[in-house]
Order: sequence, then C-alpha cells, then structure tokens
Amino acid sequence: MTEWSISDGSPLGLPDGNMAAGRRAALPSVPLDRDTGSAPPIFRSVLFPPGEPETPRAEQPACFVDLNLDQVVNAIVADRDEAVLRPLFYSPSRREDIIRYRQAVFADLERPGVFEVMQAFSGAMRTVRANLAYAAPIDRASHQHAVTLRAITLYCRAVLSLSEGLQLHRPRSEALSELLAYLADYRASPAFSSLAGEADDLTRALADLSYGMLFRGDKVTVRKYADEVDFAATILDRFARFRTEPVGARPPRPPGDDFALNHIEEAILAFVAKLFPDEFHALAAFVTRRAEFIDQALARFEREIAFFVSYLEFIAPMKAANLPFCHPDVSAVSKETEAHEAFDLALAAKLVSERKPVICNDFRLTGAERMLVVTGANQGGKTTFSRMFGQMHILAGLGCPVPGTRARLFLADQVFTHFEREEDITNLRGKLEDELFRLHRTCEVMTGDSVVILNEVFNSTSLDDQILLSTKVMERILATDALGVCVTFLDGLTSLSAKTVSMVSMVDPDNPANRTFRVKRMPANGLAYALSLAEKRGVTYERLCARIRP
Amino acid sequence: MKTCLMYPDRDFDTASVRAGLAERFAQDIELDVLIAAAAGSDRLIRTVMAAVCAEAWTNDSTTVRYRQGILKDCLANPELVRRLYAMAGEPFGRERSWDFSLYGHEPSAMVGSAVRTLQHAFALLRRLRDTCLAHADRFASTGLQQLLVMLRRDLDDTYLAAVADDLNSLTFGAGVLLSAHVGGGGKAAGLVLRKPQPRDMSWMQYLPAIGVKSYTLQLQPRDDAGAQAFSELQNRGLGQISDAIYRSAEHVLGFLKALRDELAFYVGCLNLKDRLDGIGESTCFPEVSDAPRYFRCRDLRDTCLSLTLGCRAVGNDVDAGDRPLVIITGANRGGKSTFLRSVGVAQLMLQCGLFVTAEQFSSSLRSGLFTHYKRQEDRSMRSGKFDEELVRMSEIADHIRPGALVLFNESFAATHEREGAEIARQVVSALLDSGVTVFFVTHMYELARVFFDDDRVLFLRADPDPGGTRTFRLHPARPLPRSFGIDLYRQIFGPEEEAHDQPARLSG
Repeated sequence: MTEWSISDGSPLGLPDGNMAAGRRAALPSVPLDRDTGSAPPIFRSVLFPPGEPETPRAEQPACFVDLNLDQVVNAIVADRDEAVLRPLFYSPSRREDIIRYRQAVFADLERPGVFEVMQAFSGAMRTVRANLAYAAPIDRASHQHAVTLRAITLYCRAVLSLSEGLQLHRPRSEALSELLAYLADYRASPAFSSLAGEADDLTRALADLSYGMLFRGDKVTVRKYADEVDFAATILDRFARFRTEPVGARPPRPPGDDFALNHIEEAILAFVAKLFPDEFHALAAFVTRRAEFIDQALARFEREIAFFVSYLEFIAPMKAANLPFCHPDVSAVSKETEAHEAFDLALAAKLVSERKPVICNDFRLTGAERMLVVTGANQGGKTTFSRMFGQMHILAGLGCPVPGTRARLFLADQVFTHFEREEDITNLRGKLEDELFRLHRTCEVMTGDSVVILNEVFNSTSLDDQILLSTKVMERILATDALGVCVTFLDGLTSLSAKTVSMVSMVDPDNPANRTFRVKRMPANGLAYALSLAEKRGVTYERLCARIRP
Repeated sequence: MKTCLMYPDRDFDTASVRAGLAERFAQDIELDVLIAAAAGSDRLIRTVMAAVCAEAWTNDSTTVRYRQGILKDCLANPELVRRLYAMAGEPFGRERSWDFSLYGHEPSAMVGSAVRTLQHAFALLRRLRDTCLAHADRFASTGLQQLLVMLRRDLDDTYLAAVADDLNSLTFGAGVLLSAHVGGGGKAAGLVLRKPQPRDMSWMQYLPAIGVKSYTLQLQPRDDAGAQAFSELQNRGLGQISDAIYRSAEHVLGFLKALRDELAFYVGCLNLKDRLDGIGESTCFPEVSDAPRYFRCRDLRDTCLSLTLGCRAVGNDVDAGDRPLVIITGANRGGKSTFLRSVGVAQLMLQCGLFVTAEQFSSSLRSGLFTHYKRQEDRSMRSGKFDEELVRMSEIADHIRPGALVLFNESFAATHEREGAEIARQVVSALLDSGVTVFFVTHMYELARVFFDDDRVLFLRADPDPGGTRTFRLHPARPLPRSFGIDLYRQIFGPEEEAHDQPARLSG
C-alpha cells in the first residue's frame, strides 16, 4: 500500500466523479518516506470525525415544510450538487462529537479570510470540471489541448491558493488542520510541482504568440503580427480634450463567450498552431502525459466543504444586515435551553432581501420547564417564534451556526410540528379528525428527547372543544418530558403545570395597530403620550443631537 | 475641455442632482414662482434653475463669488449672452437634430452617424469660437476670461484641420485588421483593431512575393454559422473603433450641452432681472459672511411675493448678528410668514450666486434649507396631525447637517401648548446645539419663554401699526403673554426679574 492510499470509499458513500481517478495513477513512483520516514498525512473528511460516520437520510423530514426549512434548504442547494447536499441537510445528528467537529470547521470558516479561501476553491474546482467536460469531445487537437491546459492551470492555482490561504489563516479545527498538513505534503510532491511548473511555462509561451487576422469579404487570412498601429487609441487621443471624465477600460463588449470556440475560431487556432508548431507540439505532449491530474482526497473535500460554504453563503446577507449567529452549546442529555436574539431563518432571509428589519427574540427553558406557551395579539409574531424554535433545534443538530448571539440547545431525536392547515370550511370535521389522528401518532412515536411544536392546532372547532382537546394533548406531551412550543390563544394553557412558561407577543403600547413582533415573558409599559411619540419618531433632544452628524 | 461657468473647476451636471428635498422645501417658500419667472417658456432653463437651487447648499463662498462675477458680466452684455446660448443649443433643437443625431448598435451605423455628427459639431464650434473672440474685451470676470482662453487654445486652426483629416480616413477599404494572442482555452485574447496603413493595402497583394507565411480560410457558401462567426469577430474589432468614435462624438456634444446648460442659468438670471425691473423691485448682490451663523438684512423683500403680486413688497430690517435663533411672534396677518419666506428665498438666491431683492443682505452659507410649516390637512384627527408633524421633523433629521437653516412656521401646535412647547423646546435646543440656525414663527408663549434668558436668541414681534395702516413691520421685541397669570404669580412670589423688552439690536 502506498502512502497516498485513501481509506476505501468516502464516509458518505458518494460517487467519486469522473475526473478524480486518484493520485495513484498520476503518481506511480513516489517513494514511501520522502522526508521524515513517517507516514505522510492522510485526509479523510470535514463532515465526520474519525470513527463511525453516519449515513445521511435521503428524504426530507416531515417537519421541514412547517418550519419553512424546505425553503431554506432549497435556497442553500440552488445551483449546487443537490444530490450530495440535500441528504446532509436532512440529517441532524445527536452525536456531540460530530456536531463539535463541524462547529469547529464553521468557526474556522467564520474567521476573516478562511471562508473566501474555501469559496474560491469550490468555484475553481467547478470551473476545472466544466473545462474537462467541454474538452473531452473536441476533435481538433490544438483546441482540445488548449482547454485541457486551462483546466490544469486552474486546478494547480486552486490547490496552491487553498494551501496558501489555509497556511495564512492557520486553521484551528481538527479537520482543516489535517487538510493543511495533507496539502503541504501534496504540493511539495514532485508530481504536483512539475504539473504546475510546466503548465505555467506553456501558458506563458502561448500568450506570447501574437498573430494578425485580416478579414476581407468571405476570407480571413491569419499571419504573424507585424506592429500595426492601434486604431481606436488614435481616435480616442484626437478627441481627448473633450472628455470630462477619464476613459475607463475598453468599452464593455457585448457579453461574449470566453469559454468555448466556434468552428471559425477553432480553424483560426489551427492556423496559429501551424504558424507556431514548436509551442503547440510541447502543449500536446504535456496534456497527453498528465491526463489524470485531480487528487482524490481533494476531490472529496471539495464535495464535502460545499456543505459549509453553501450554508455560510446563505446566511451571509443576514450577517451583513447585522443579524447575529452563534455556535450553540449542544447536549444530548441536558435540557437546559436558551437563546438570545434569535430569529426565524427563512423569514429573515426574505426580509433582508427586501431590506426590511428583522425582530429578534429570546427564549429560555430552565429547571423543570419544558414548554413555551405563546399567547397574545394576532399577527404578533407567534408563528414565527414557534418556527424559530424548531429551526434552531434542527440547525444545531446539523452542526450549523444558529440565529442568535448565544444559545444552548438540546439535541432532539426528532422534531414534530403541528401547524394549523389552510381553512377548509367544507371539511371541518375531516380536518379535526385528521389533526387528532396526526397528534395521536406523534404522541405514540415521540420520546422524552423529542421537540414538539403546536401552532393553533384546534382552531377549527368550538371553544369548549379547543380547551378540552388542547389540555388533553398538552398533558400527554408534558408527561413525556419533551421540549416544545405551543402557540394558542387559550390563556389557561400557559399555567397548565410547572413545565409551562408563558410568553406573550407584544404590541406597541402607544399604538396597538403597530406590531412589534416581539415575544416576551413580560409585558412592557409606555411613556407619556407626546414624549413617547417624539421618542418613537426620534426627535427628542438626545435623539436629534445624535442624529445630526457632520 | 470644460466650460466652468458654474464652478471654477468643474462642469455643472443637471443629471446628478436629486430633487427630493428641494421639492419638499419648495412648496413652503414658493420656489416655483421664482423658477417660473426665470424660465419663462424655456423648459431647459426651468430644469437648470431647479437643479441649481437643489445644489445650492453644497456651494462654497468661492463658487458664489465666482458666479456673481460672471452674472455681472452677463447683466452688462445681455444680448451677447443670449446669442451664445442660442448657438450652444443648436444641436439639441428641432431644426438641426438630424445633423447631430447619434444612433446605431451595429458598428458601421455607429461610425457613420458619429462621423457626420462630428463634422457638424466642429463647424459649430468654429462659429462659437469666432463669436466669442470677436467680443473678448467685453468680459471682465474670471469665469468668462477662462472660457475665452480655452477656446483660443484648444480649438486652434491646426487642431481643427487634423480632426477633419481623421474623420475622412475612417473607412475600411483595406479590410478589417485585428491583432490577437493565444489566450486561455485557445481563445483569441487582447483583440486590437489596427489602423489600415498603405503597406497593409499592398500586403495582401505582394504577400506571396515577400514570403511571409500566412493561411487563408474561405467561408463555405452555405455556412451561415460561419458567416455569423466572421461578423462577430470583425464586430469585436469594429466595436472598438465605433465605440471610440461614437464616444468622441458624445464628448463633443457633451461639451456643447454643458455650455448650453451653464449659459441657461445666466439667461434665466437675465430673465428674472427683467421681470423684477418691470415691477420696480430693486436688487443687490448679497455678501457671503465668513462667520458660521450670521444674518443681517436691510429692506429684505420676499421675491416670490413681489413676482406674484406684480408690485414691490414690504421689506424688513433685521440684524440677528451671530445669534442662531430668531423667534417671531405677534399679530396675525402681520407679515411673519412673508418674512420667514423672504429669509428662505434670499438665502437660496445667495447660495445660487444670484442677486436678492434687498437693499443689503449678508448671511453665512448654509448646508441646507429645511422648512417645517403647519399643514392644513387632517384637522379632525388631532393625534394623527401631531404625529405627522413629528414624522416630518424626523425626515428633516434624516437629512440635516450642522450649518443648516430651519424655518418653523407654527410648528408643534397641534397638541396642547404645554406638550407642544416642550417638544418644540427639545427640537430647537437640539438644533442650536448641533450648529443649526433656526427661525421660528410661533404663537406658543410657553416656547418663547423658555428662551428668555438665552443670549442666542433674537425676538421679533409683528405689531399692528398704531396709525391703522396695513403695513406691518417686524421689530425686535419679546412676545406678549396671552395670560398674565404666571407673570403675576412670579411678581408676587418669585424674585426672578425679567426685562420685558430686549434692547433693540436692529439696524436702520
């Protein structure tokens, strides 16, 4: 077994892709112990610590739709490798070691610079694959070789900037530290340095070739360039004195195709290859010799890191809008739960894109407390609050940063949601039955380690029924010791037992029509009328002085 | 080449001006009357004057004095200025629009229209230059002298001849020659259109004899995609030249347009002066004070009111000196609002570089003018109306900076006086402490009294003329309390001593 071998199969059981045929093929003769005599670094996975990896589930958990996490996942995986990413986002874990392993990677990526390094690497590798896919069916050698050379150059550049970027930012996570060690070893290998060096030399040699194209009628003649004068520059120069602002770069060309060649361009390139035969022979020899050039471990890393990069890219606009994210303290044992300044991720993504403000809320369950019972004004942010609670638990189980300045969360075995369905007057009885049926199933399946979210479940029935049914169901759920949120307008539910905590969605005390979307344990009180109005409009003495800035 | 008739060092750009705030204060100071008088039926002048007004708050004293100088030259040579304005506008008028129109997306159309436009534009530039130089001795101001120097230097005969040559040579009889090198993926990179030289003409013919290696591709007759690729490549080259020539034509037209726009301002000033002369309103050029918050005027009249009435308005003498707060109280129909408006209009005209309707006017430059007037609507909803005033105040706070001027007219009176006065006190104090100047017309005695002991305030009062005539004039005096209860109480219980009238600090 050579030093380069990689444990068989990826932890995810993912296909390796066409181009990652492995370095064994590219590096048949590298000695075992080049420098120290010890085994060179091995790099396995950024998603799972060494040990037993978990198998991602393929189908979306039922609660995702109610929690609007389906929208979140759709946005995250858009334009990416969905087949790889979706199962990862559908598979929260209860293992603290996996979550901490990922949180450490996220923490690295959240430091300035590291994320950009990964983003650039992912982008570059996508381009490499696109080039190889394009080159494969090309007939003309000069064209195919030029595209392959471009792919090799991009790949080498991607590896080097990944390695340099990581070195510069010194990863702290176990996963990325191992990657850095692996990269240092890989880039120092003769196979890689010769690949990069030769590719650079060839690219430079080709860029130095200048040729002329003379178009007349239906003919184009290709020849070596002979120092003719730049026509556009002459004209610009003549009228320069009328210019009021400096001329920028050349005018924006209509969006041209920088990637592919049409058959005329291909024919012209073939002529150029004939005009400069030495350079093109060297090119042909090189790309034939180095056909398999992508390292297998790096190929897998590229797929896995997309999990982190895609999530961070999704939350980036929210961070830019000053919304906080944090790494929750997670536990599979303790049910001490709290979050500060958290928010609904799906709603925040929408509001931020519309440049609207996002309201943050806190929650806490301590001691025997298990269930947040939310009452208060309609449209006051109650549903949003309950979604947020569920989302936070799923996200924590994925190892992802969660909304909020700080959070402590329990790793639930399952999240159950019961949201009021769209009103259907003609089928009220069926709806109630259906709802009860689902609730019953939940009660059967759930454990004391589950999270349950009830949102106005029995709104379609009479008040007496609501009180009765809600109380019964709540008692069932509370008996299991599960965590949860219950949104209701039945005040009685707020004090059902010591496990319930009452929270109220607030309205502006001065203007009940103005919804604040805050959900608090305590109601607030207002200021005197005129001054509170002035305060609200920001025109009191202090506020004005602060607002009038030079 | 820059015309520089509005700023000593740059062109005036009407397009870059944002109108929002200007419009908001405009309805309170009747700015539209002023602009309409300057513009007459000329819509361009209307646009330019509106833009000048909107930009007035960023001008420095150098710019104001620079424009005053040019405006004095213009007032001395109105006919010549109007003629230059008409010439600069020729390319944009209806009669000759075709000669100057630029069009086309295809490179060949763009080159054709640009070459024609340039030929006409340079003929016009030559006439403009000759007209200006013929009257060179009539201009004394720095701004107009600079323009003359530039025309003489940058549009000399040698240059004009070279331009004519270039325009003639813009044909492609020798074919389209492009140079390139081999870029990533074999793409042609760094495409540059090369100038066809005589030897390039012969290159085609004598190539085999010289022995330069070349390969020629001929399109197959039915290869449509190939023909498309041919023209795309050529267009990439022609696009460079067509864009260059097209932009050159735009630049030359841009110069004429800038000259026209800047002259439009001065022609507008000439029109306004004609109107004011017609109704017997006298004017003077205002002084820019270098003190941060200074205000003094003699016989200041409301220009817009004069223009509306068609006769000379009543003027006021006020010397606030360096005091940043002027509180105006007194009888209804006593000219308080008119005075407030005259302050705003004169300040704006000063900052534009205009004359003002006063005997004498001296003021600091302000960073902005904001008006907060009582609105008539929403009478029924008391709370809503008061809140609406606060919202407008908040909008002002969004935009105001130190050095601004705020005119309040009966503001914050939509609630009971104690509350309103308290809010107004906080607002005014915050503005004063932030370097803002405030003129406040109010009936709220409670508000005025807060500032009795403040040495930053000048109180003005409008009193009915004892003679019974309707000519109100403001004079420096404290407000008269509507109730004497508090003062009586103080007289009996408190030792506080207050003078009932401030010493007169007005000139005239």
